[in-house]
Amino acid sequence: MSQHAAADGAGPLVRPYAMTHGRTRPSSDNFDLIALVVAADGPVSTEGLEPEHRSILNLARQPVSVAEISARADLPVGVVRILLDDLRVRGAVQVRSPMSGAKAPTKRVLRAAINGLRAL
Amino acid sequence: MDEIPYAIKILVAGGFGAGKTTMVGSVSEIEPLRTEEVITAESVGIDDLEGVEQKTTTTVAMDFGRITLTDGLVLYLFGTPGQDRFWFMWDELSLGAVGAVVLADTRRLADCFPSVDYFEQRGTPFIVAVNCFDGAKRYRPEDVRVALDLDPQVPVLLCDARRRDSSKGVLITLVEYVLQRYSELENNGALA
Repeated sequence: MSQHAAADGAGPLVRPYAMTHGRTRPSSDNFDLIALVVAADGPVSTEGLEPEHRSILNLARQPVSVAEISARADLPVGVVRILLDDLRVRGAVQVRSPMSGAKAPTKRVLRAAINGLRAL
Repeated sequence: MDEIPYAIKILVAGGFGAGKTTMVGSVSEIEPLRTEEVITAESVGIDDLEGVEQKTTTTVAMDFGRITLTDGLVLYLFGTPGQDRFWFMWDELSLGAVGAVVLADTRRLADCFPSVDYFEQRGTPFIVAVNCFDGAKRYRPEDVRVALDLDPQVPVLLCDARRRDSSKGVLITLVEYVLQRYSELENNGALA
């Protein structure tokens, strides 16, 4: 994908981070790769939003992970985190952090996972 | 709004060509996706991207898949980035993970040593799945255990990463192992 651009030394940073207006970090950081994002039900003002914000809102009609948004929108994870932060500030998305956060999942979750895997 | 599900993750590690993306793809309900993180050379393991214009950039790619386990629980499988210089990405991936599957290719067993070392040092529960490639000499799991110098409790099993049932069995083995470890820790009073 963009590996060639990176290898050429031109760097794919310019364009992705232009859409974040130069910001390289979200104002708050709890967008884990597997945090699940879903667009809010109600009407949301799209004034001032970049096309990439709108792409994210489209992708998040059903709950979708930060990693999936990055892959499907073809944007680096770092950029997705910043754009998501913009959307969250507007109330345009809800975010559910992973069940465990930084801790390992509980036994109850593990049992549910085993049952779910067996039923596949 | 409908309740948003929770997500958990399992890592799939191993050397280049060991079958990581194949395994992810064989059980995932979506075609494996690729997500990329753009980083600067100077930022590796150190800090953020401020002052990006002066720095060279590189891209770390991770392949991943998804399995919806129940209405409220989704499992993500992440293939770990291959190059050793991307350990810092492993740190992010390992945080909060259920555990890891280390895929071993008996033709190039040494390729999975760094993964085994990493998870041992980090204390991340892992199992070793020997991917049985066509034409590769079959080894017994016990031989692989000795060759990798694994702790006796670490499960080692044979698998075919192309087959959904086989990959599913590997994941179940991992989660059962993690659950068993929890119970043992509780019995030893290590957990409150």
